[in-house]
Parts: sequence; C-alpha cells; structure tokens
Amino acid sequence: MKPSSCLGSAGRHLTLIVFGLAVLLPFLWIVVASFKTEIDITMGKVIFDPTLTHFQELLFSRGSNFARYYANSFGVALVSTLLCLVIGTLGAYSMHRLSVSNTLRAILLGWSMVYYMTPQMTLVGSWYVLYRQLGLAETYTALALTHTVMNLPMAVWLMGAFLRDVPPELEEAARIDACGPVKIFTHVVLPLLRPGLLATGALLFIFSWNEFAVSIALTGRDTATVPVALARFAQDFDMKYGAMAAASAVSTIPALLLLFFATRYIVRGLTSGALKYLFR
Amino acid sequence: MTSMVTPLANLDANSQSPGAASSSSWAWRASAWRWASLSPLILFYLLLTALPVLNLLVMSVNDVTWSGGNSTWQFVGPQHLAAVFRDPIYRVGVLNTAWFSLVSVTVQMVLGFMLALLVSRTTRNRQFWRMLFLLPILIPGIVIGAIWKLMYDPDFGVINQVLHLFGAIGRDWTGTKELAMASIMAVDVWHWTPFVFLLMLAGLESLPQDVFEAARIDATPWWRELTQITLPLMLPTIVVTLVFRIVLAFKVFDEIYLLTSGGPGTATEVISFSIYRTFFVQGRVGYGSALSLVTISIMAMVIIIALNLQSRLTRTPS
Repeated sequence: MKPSSCLGSAGRHLTLIVFGLAVLLPFLWIVVASFKTEIDITMGKVIFDPTLTHFQELLFSRGSNFARYYANSFGVALVSTLLCLVIGTLGAYSMHRLSVSNTLRAILLGWSMVYYMTPQMTLVGSWYVLYRQLGLAETYTALALTHTVMNLPMAVWLMGAFLRDVPPELEEAARIDACGPVKIFTHVVLPLLRPGLLATGALLFIFSWNEFAVSIALTGRDTATVPVALARFAQDFDMKYGAMAAASAVSTIPALLLLFFATRYIVRGLTSGALKYLFR
Repeated sequence: MTSMVTPLANLDANSQSPGAASSSSWAWRASAWRWASLSPLILFYLLLTALPVLNLLVMSVNDVTWSGGNSTWQFVGPQHLAAVFRDPIYRVGVLNTAWFSLVSVTVQMVLGFMLALLVSRTTRNRQFWRMLFLLPILIPGIVIGAIWKLMYDPDFGVINQVLHLFGAIGRDWTGTKELAMASIMAVDVWHWTPFVFLLMLAGLESLPQDVFEAARIDATPWWRELTQITLPLMLPTIVVTLVFRIVLAFKVFDEIYLLTSGGPGTATEVISFSIYRTFFVQGRVGYGSALSLVTISIMAMVIIIALNLQSRLTRTPS
C-alpha cells in the first residue's frame, strides 16, 4: 500500500479536482477574454457576445506582424533544438561511453551545472556586445546559437540519462563484428536512443519557444519571437488587452500540441529521474 | 573501474578482442571519433559561455560607447565593480530575489508535498491529471504574466470583481508597495506548485511499500508515520526538488517584466531585472558587466552551499 492518507477516496478526488481547477481556471480566463471585445474586457463583463476580431487582426491584418513572429519562433526553436540534439547527444555519448578522461568529463559536467544554474541575464549583455561586434546583432543566427548553448546542459543531462539505458554489451558485440567506432554509434546506439531523442527534443523545443529574457535583448523589430511580441502588447502605452489575450492563446498552441501527442515523452524527460540524475 | 587508466591505454586494452581489425588502426579511429564527437560541445562552451565571461571581465573595467557598429572602449579601472557594492538598488535587488526565492519555494514545497500526500492513492485518469499539472510549466512565462495581468487588474480584473461580489474592497495588487511582491510570489506559486506536486507524487509512489504495511499492522498514527517514515524516506526527492526550484527562482524575470517592471519603487526589483535595465535601457555596458560579474559570484556561492547541503542531507547513512 502507498503511504496512508487521512482522506477517503471521495476526499482525495475532491482535493484533486479543486487543485486542478485552480490550475486550469486562470488559463481558461485568458482564453475566454480573447473572444471578448476590448470594451467587454475593460467593463469586466462575464456574459458577452463572442467575437473573433482579435484573432483576425492578430493573424491576418496588414498592420500585424504576428504571423512573422510566429514563424521566427518556430524557426529559431527548430534550428536550436536540432543543433542541441546533435551536439548534446554526441557530447553525452563521448563523455559516457568513449573513455574521455575523468578530469575533462568532470570539468564539462561541472561547467554545465554552474552555467545552467546561473541566471542567463548575467551573460546576455556580453552576448549582445560580441554579436554586435561580429555584425550578428539582432539576427536569427545569434538567437538560435544562444538558445542552443542555453539548452545544451539540459540536452547533455537528458541524453546522458537515456544513454544509461543502452547496454554497453551491444557496443562490445558490434566491435567484435569489426564494426568501426562511428558505425557503432550510428547503427547500434542511435536507433536505441530514438525515444530519448524525441523526449529531449520535445522539451528543448518548448524551452526555446517559451524563452523570453534573452530573446527580448537579442532580437530586433523583425526578428522578434512570440514572447517578445506578446510583451510589447502588454507594454504599449494604450494597453491592448484583447490582442494580448489572443496572442497568449495562440502562443500556447505548440505546448498544447506537445502535451496531447507527447505527454508520455515529456513526463519521461521531466520526471523519470533525469532531474535526480541532474543533481547527482 | 578504469578510472586511473589513461584513455589511450584503456582503448588499446579493449581493442585486442579477437576479430577486430588491426588494433592500432582501431585505436586511432576511436581516438579521432572521441574528439570529433566531443569537440562541438567544447567549442560551444568555449565560444558562447567561457568567452562571454572573459568578455564581461574586460568590459567591467571599461566604458563602452557605440557609434553605429563600432565600439569605443575607454579603460576606467575597477570603479564599476566598486560602485556595485555601493549601489542601493542592487542591494535591494539581491535581498528581494533571495526573499522571493525563499518564500515562494517554501510555499510551493509545502503545498506540493501536502497535495501529493493527500491524493497519493488516486489512480483514475492519471494521464489527464498529469497533462493538466504539466500545463503551467510548458506555456511561456510571458503568457503566465499576461494571464495574471488580466486577473490582477484593479479596475476590471476578476480577483477584484469577486471581492466586490462579497462586499470587500478591491486592491491594486501589483501597483501597491506592500502587495506587489506578495502578488508576484502568488504567481510563482501558481506556476510551480503543480510541478513540485508531480515530482513529490512520483517520489511517494516509488517508496518501498512494506514499511508502510508494517506501520499499518502496528496501527501507527498517521502523524508518526508521516514524520518518522514518509519524510525521512522522501528526503532525497525533497532536497533535489528544493535545490532545482531555488536555482530557478533566482532567475525570475518574465513575470516581473510584464507585471511590475521592478516597481512600484523598488518593491519587486530583482537581480535579473537590474542587469537588464542597466544594459538595455540605460546602455551602461561597463556597469552592467560589473553587476553581472558580482551576480555570477553570488550565484556560485549559493550553488556551492546548495550542493553541499544536498550531498549532506541525502547521504545514505552507512
């Protein structure tokens, strides 16, 4: 039996439902607000005529750049996720399976840890100056590279955790069959890592998509990502609540899609003990 | 373990297996592959983390001014670094960040643990509940800010409307000095309690069951079971979650940016926001670098203390 609970079954379910509603209702509130007119929002109406104006203006009007920002976010998240997976998987494999010296491994893993824990904001100014001197200021390249390096520690840890499930005996067997070292990785290890790559990739994509602090500092008018655009709605002199609500709803779609189609993978990435592994 | 063996010797030993191609060629290819696979990681860390830190060091002793794409660097010595320690706003920011992390993480841990205890035997619709409780950490932080901006609004926010419904007076949740920090903490608690809850639940459900059965047979009262069995067994999970949360709480930025911008006054000024403002609003590159360096040093200390604490608390008694 599990640790005992002082509640009965009904009480447990009631607790869960109240907790669930507390999580869900604020989120539903902004989705509902995105269908209200600006006047209905500012009058605090609960009963209202639903309208799609905000979504139409946001996505299809001439003055709105939101579709472009959406594409920016998607491109940056995709490129940085792929880069991160390649570099992180290779690095984790090399460190855990290719007898890299212990000192080097300790330095790299330790640095990953310290770097991951330090607020990103401390390096943003430095990145900005470096990119500007290289003529890369406000480019997609700069943001994608930065998102890549920001997510690298997570990629190395998660792929390291998934690598532990690949039995070393398989590599040994392949070596006896005169398989080259590169081929062992591509033909024996990589196929077994596919679920891990999906889990890690899903998370890294979401992290890059959601990232705001670095994006607002490193992007310009045309290269802004969705969170940056959203912050502008909220910071404008005449605050556009409707647009902000609609943009919020639309910018949550990737997270929702991944939740529906990859919950299993995400849960595995987040709670499978990878977190414990991270701080071991 | 092969820990004391140098990598090359280690490989030579391995590659003497029968059937392997010429042993020296295999060792050479293995060595080349080892470095080829590790070098992208090393290169990224060197160019995009180590170099920027060195760059911070140089910038912090200079005044940097821009004209177009060209920068002019004027050496000024360590005056920026000295100024950081006299900066009242930075001091407030450090204290606020520490206070914010302490309070909101404590509340999340207690709430999350209690909720996990309460529902630990619920088995229906697990997938659904999991998806629901993962939602807050998978949506953009800035959307969390937008959600609460809408709800906290003093004129038409739903919180004040509900208060009015019960005859209470609405408040300006993010615009009042006394309330602003508590309001931000509430957002963080809403944001992270579900995740802490999921980790605690996973921890509770992986505990060995025979201890609890024995406790039940002995008719141990629930509070003794909690303090003498559940809590000690859960300590590793609790400490790992705690360290993870504290570290992330120190990075708080998105919600502050959207809800209060550090105000009113310095009520919600946090480290990340001070650095952001210095670099990107005021354009003071030298001073911003000094702030960053001091922050990195403070964080390094926090991390060392946290990791020490963790290894001390989770060390298995043997």
